[in-house]
Order: sequence, then structure tokens, then C-alpha cells
Amino acid sequence: MRFERSHTRKAVALAVVSSLVLLTAACGGGDDGGSGNNGSGGALEGRGPIKFATGKDTSGNLKNQVDAWNTQHPDEKVEVAELPESADQQRNQMISNAQIKSTEFSVLNLDVVWTAEFAANRWITELPQDQFPDLGKLLPTTVDTAKYRDKLYAVPVTSDGGLLYYRKDLLDKAGVEVPKTWPEMVAACAKVKALPEGKAINCYAGQFEKYEGLTVNFSEAVNGAGGVVVGDDGKPNVDTPEALAGLTALVEGFKTGFIPKAAITYQEEPGRRAFQDGNLLFHRNWPYVYALANKTDGSSKIAGKFAVAALPGLSGPGVSTLGGHNYAISEFATNKATAADFIKFMSSEERQKANVEKTSQAPTWASLYDDPALNKQFPYLAPLKASIASAKSRPKVVKYGDVTTAIQEAAYGALKQPAEKDPKQTLTDLQTKLSSLITQ
Amino acid sequence: MSESASAVEPTPGKKVRRTSFNEGTGRLAALLLSPTLIVLLLVIGYPIISALRESLYISGQRIDADGFVIEGSQFVGLDNFAAIFSGETGDRFWNAFYNTTFFTVTCVVLETVLGILMAMVMHKAFKGRAIVRASILVPWAIPTVVSALLWKWIFQADGIANEVLGTQILWSTEGWQSVLSVIIADTWKTAPFIGLLVLAGLQTIPDEVYEAAKVDGASPWKTFTRITLPLVKPALLVAVLFRILDTLRIFDLPYVLVGPNKASVETLSILAFLESNQNRYGPAAAYATLLFLYIVVVAYVFVKLLGADVIGEARVAKPKKSRGKVGA
Repeated sequence: MRFERSHTRKAVALAVVSSLVLLTAACGGGDDGGSGNNGSGGALEGRGPIKFATGKDTSGNLKNQVDAWNTQHPDEKVEVAELPESADQQRNQMISNAQIKSTEFSVLNLDVVWTAEFAANRWITELPQDQFPDLGKLLPTTVDTAKYRDKLYAVPVTSDGGLLYYRKDLLDKAGVEVPKTWPEMVAACAKVKALPEGKAINCYAGQFEKYEGLTVNFSEAVNGAGGVVVGDDGKPNVDTPEALAGLTALVEGFKTGFIPKAAITYQEEPGRRAFQDGNLLFHRNWPYVYALANKTDGSSKIAGKFAVAALPGLSGPGVSTLGGHNYAISEFATNKATAADFIKFMSSEERQKANVEKTSQAPTWASLYDDPALNKQFPYLAPLKASIASAKSRPKVVKYGDVTTAIQEAAYGALKQPAEKDPKQTLTDLQTKLSSLITQ
Repeated sequence: MSESASAVEPTPGKKVRRTSFNEGTGRLAALLLSPTLIVLLLVIGYPIISALRESLYISGQRIDADGFVIEGSQFVGLDNFAAIFSGETGDRFWNAFYNTTFFTVTCVVLETVLGILMAMVMHKAFKGRAIVRASILVPWAIPTVVSALLWKWIFQADGIANEVLGTQILWSTEGWQSVLSVIIADTWKTAPFIGLLVLAGLQTIPDEVYEAAKVDGASPWKTFTRITLPLVKPALLVAVLFRILDTLRIFDLPYVLVGPNKASVETLSILAFLESNQNRYGPAAAYATLLFLYIVVVAYVFVKLLGADVIGEARVAKPKKSRGKVGA
């Protein structure tokens, strides 16, 4: 009995060893391929069907746009690969695909802040600027987001800028003008609060939860006061009197109750709900809120009672942080010529106009903002153009994730009550941290 | 036993025949076992070894003069581990370690108590038992991420929790409130799991034992501590062990309910995720390895201390003991 058993053990050991050998062989094979460098970009060749990787289409209009291409190009059909709604997961899936050099996705719909990372890792192809003659007709700030180290890697198709939503009915009643600066906004709110119907209303809220929205709002406060987070030379320069004034305005807002305490938990949606329920006088948010807050089905208590303006700065016009999406071509795509044509098609005036008419996505094509019919349909287009035209990009760095986390960490610590650090110390520490992250 | 010993002794010819037969069976056994083993090695062995290897490398962290990331990975030995324990990262690690341990202890204790209570209720025969059973099990059937979103909704500034309590607590901000919200959500979701396993244990206890206790005049409390608990212990220990291993890996609840980069609820899994999200797979693997080792140690200690019968060892060990007793 025992004799047999020892043999069974030997057999098991043999099986384990042989499977291990098999495994290591398999692993070893996988590692060798990693070092080879991929060919340089430039030539956009190859035609045929392609796949377009994009986040879940919440606008419902993407299908129409792609169908328009497919009917014109039956031999170069575009298939939409819908990735999850969460931006993080979209990025992760695109990166995983790039890391195994998959030819699956040809055109990638990138958030503006991912351009640097994708370009630096050679996951997207450099685009020859002379092949995209329409770039000059797009808003220059949006084209800038598609560049990394002055080379073009993508084409902006949608943009986004912050807007100041305000309760027109209450401001009119109090007899105050639409505020253009932060102090004017504080004064306007005090006047509205003196009215019987404005007693319970909160003054202002943006997005102050610890996430990407906080980076956006913090940057707007700093830029609106004449400061910068990362300068045009690519170096962090946030420990300045201007940046301090911007951050202090936000901190004081929380301290004095000008910004309600709950705003520290606001992402876009909770803020929008507060505004729609009539609890906010001023609200900083994106253009998508306009249609929702104007719904007359009972979901919004303020339909027809609000309007939009450009963001206020500390002592002059405000500076929005630029959002939006750029289309890029995967380095590992096979039908790059088709991909380039598809991008040109999607960013064309005709397609962008069709998209604006159906959705609330902001176009990048400059002349669309001056279209009278569109302006009638979307009264926010004029302030939005001003917002985007003067908007600032978030830092164009390869390790954007680390940079935005550092900014959020700093801003959140200064804004929450009781604060972890005073604004001056916050900015000094943030400058040190950013300098260590952005060394190139 | 003496038989097999004598079988080795006799003539060489006989021995060869016997051995070859055994080797044949051995080979056949190896052949039959290999597919299972290969699958096990592929899905368990390979990822572990690969993660260990990854934790010794670093890649894609340097940028050349043209702004491109330098490709290829570089062997750095234990640097990734050393980095975890040094300076600011070290504080963050120990904070996450503390949070992970705190969540595990608190949640598992609460869940065990509530789970046993639920099992007792579900075990009782009364009208509408099926409905009670089903409703207790609903939370367990909901995916964790969905339940996290659900609780996030409840714990919003203008949510139901504040409405019901008449408070203005900002649950998702740093501090005790976010910790509490995670504990509540986790207990809500997984107490039914313990309840389910304990219920299975309860159903194996014969009624006669309780009848005997009744005849002897035992109080309900004594019946519970002397009969129910000891008899349900094997099932309960397995349930608790599963929960401990699960809660040590807690990720979705704090990440979705409260959010990333919140020190109050940051756990070891979140740290590993955040690193890999920044494409720093080496440090991420190092965090995951440390968490893996921690879980192994906790599981080992738990099994050794409480003798949880996870792999059926007790059943093998028992006859031995009784034989020893007879011998004495």
C-alpha cells in the first residue's frame, strides 16, 4: 500500500514539474517580444473596415454620425466599440489594448488630458498637420489640447467649457446685474438673500469633491485670479500671490457660507440637482446642464428661470478649464488612411453641426458658435464660445494621473472644514510636489 | 504493511515486474492528473509567480529628450518594496494597513453576530418564513458595486440617511462618518452570507438534542451556548474565514461609496489599484504581494488557532484520536 502511494506522489511531482516547465516556457516566450521598437508614424496607409473605440455614447447621436459615414463608404465601414461610461475604465481598456499592440482599435476617442500620456508612450500616431487643413477653422485652444511637444497627435471633435448658471428671476427681482467678478457675485448674493424669496438660498457651488472636477475648479480659481498651476513652459508655478488670491477666495467662500458646506461632496450631478431644486443662486457647471435644468416635466423647479454667463474671475473675466474629446489613430492600427479620413469626416463642419443640433456637446468648429439658428436653439453658445476661446488646458504631462491627484489632495485639504492647511502652506507644498512629479 | 515490505525483498524478477506495474499506474496517474494541475497552475500558480516577478521590475517611468517614454522594464530588486515602507508612502501604507485590519475586525464581528441572529430567525418555523428568508438574502444577491452606488445615494448630502436622522452629516468626507458608512454598507451586504452558512449548519442539528436539553430543564441561553453554538461551529468558522479573507481585500465599497484618495477609508487593495492605474505595475505588484502575504498569514493563524475545518482535516484526524484513547 505504502509502496503504491509513494509512486502516486512521484507521479504528482512529475506532473507538477512538467506543467511548470511548460508554463515557464510559455512565459519566457512572452517576454522576449517586449523590447522591439515599433516603426515611426507619419505614413497613414491602408484602407478597409476599422473600429472606433469610444466611451459609452450618452448623447444617443453617435450612431447617426457613424451611419452617415458608413453609407458613404461601404468598403471602409466603421464599427463602434463602446467602452464603459467611466473615463478611468475607458482609459484602462485603451491602454491594455495598446500594451499588447492590438490592432483591434483604429480610432480612439481620447479625453483631452490623456493626449500627452498616449503620445509619449507611442500608443497613438503622430498626424501630419498638412493633411488636416481644417485645423485652422477650429477654436485654437481646442487644437492645442491635441498637441504634445508641438506635434499633432489628434483632432478635437468636441470641446467643453465651464459656464456660470444663475437665477435670472432672483437677480432681476433684486435689481442686480449679472456678476462679472467674484466680489460682484458675493455682493449680488447678499442682495438676493435680503429678498423674502431668497432667504433660504445658497449662494454658489462648483464641483469640490475629491476627483477630477476639483482639479478643474481649483485651476479655474487660480487661473481666474491671474495665476497658473503649470506655466506655458511646462513648469509648475503655483506658489504665487495670484494663485493664493484665487485659492483664498474659494476657502473664504466655504468659511463664510457663501459656498454651502455640502458642496465639498458635489460632483457635477449633485450640484446640478441642488441648482435644479432651486437651492443655488449661482452654479458653475458644463453646458449639458442647460437642457436638463430647462425641462418642464417637473424634474426641474427652475425651468425658464435661469440663464448662463461666462465664469467670473477674481477681478475680471474668469478662465475656464478646457474639457472635451480628441480623436486619435492607434499606432498599431492597420487601416490608418481610412482612420484619418474618418476623423476628418467627424470633425467636419457638416458633421459637427448635425451633432450640435441633436446633443448638447460643444463643437470645436468656431463658426458654428455664430450660427443664428443654433444660437436661437442653444442660447448658451455665445458665453460658451467665450469660455472655450479663453480657456486653459490642464497640465500636458505624461503622468497626468499623479499630477491631478496631487492637485486634488492639496485643494481638498485646504477647502474642507476644518482645513488641514492654510492656503499659503497648501500652495507651497503643492509646488514642491508638482516639481518632483514634473521633472522633464 | 509487512506484506508490502516483504514484496520488496524477493527475487529480482518478481521485483521488476511489480515495480514496472506500479510505474505504469504512476505514469497513468500523472497523465490523468496533469490537465487539472496545468489548469490550476495556469489560473493560480502563474498569476502569483508572475506578480512576484513583476514586483521586482519597474517599467516606463523615464522619459527621453524628445518626450517619449523609454520602453522596456528594468530589474530593481526589492526597491519597489523598500519604496513602500519609506517616507510619505510608508505612512500611507501603514494607514491603509490599519484601515484594512480595522474594517476586517469590525465588519466580521458585526456580520457574525447579525448573521447568527438572521440564521436563527430563518430557522424558526413560522408563517411567511419563505418571504423572510428571501428578503434577508436579497442584499447578498446584489453585486457589491451596485450596493455601493445604492448606499452612496443614501449617504448623499441631501440623501435619505440625513433626512431620516435629521442631520447634516457629509458622509463621504474624511473622518469617522465615511468609515461608518463603509461598515454599514458592508455589514448590510454580507451578514446574510454568514446567515446562510449558519442556517445550513443549524439544519443539520437533530431536534432530539434540543428535546433532551428541554427535558433536562436547560435555559434558552444555555441551550444556545452549549448546543447550538458548538454544533454550528464548523460551518460558522468556515463562513467567518471566508469573510475575513474577503474583507481583507475590500475594495469596491470604499472606492465607490466614498471615493479614491480618501485616507480615512483607503485600503491595501485600493493602493494596489491606484498604482496599476498609473501604469506602475511593479509597485502595484509589490502592494498586491504584501496584501497576499498578509492574507496568507491571517488565514494560517485563523485555521491553526480555531481549527476551522476547511479542507476536511478534522475528519481524517478524528479516528486517530479515538484509537489513541482506546490504547490508553
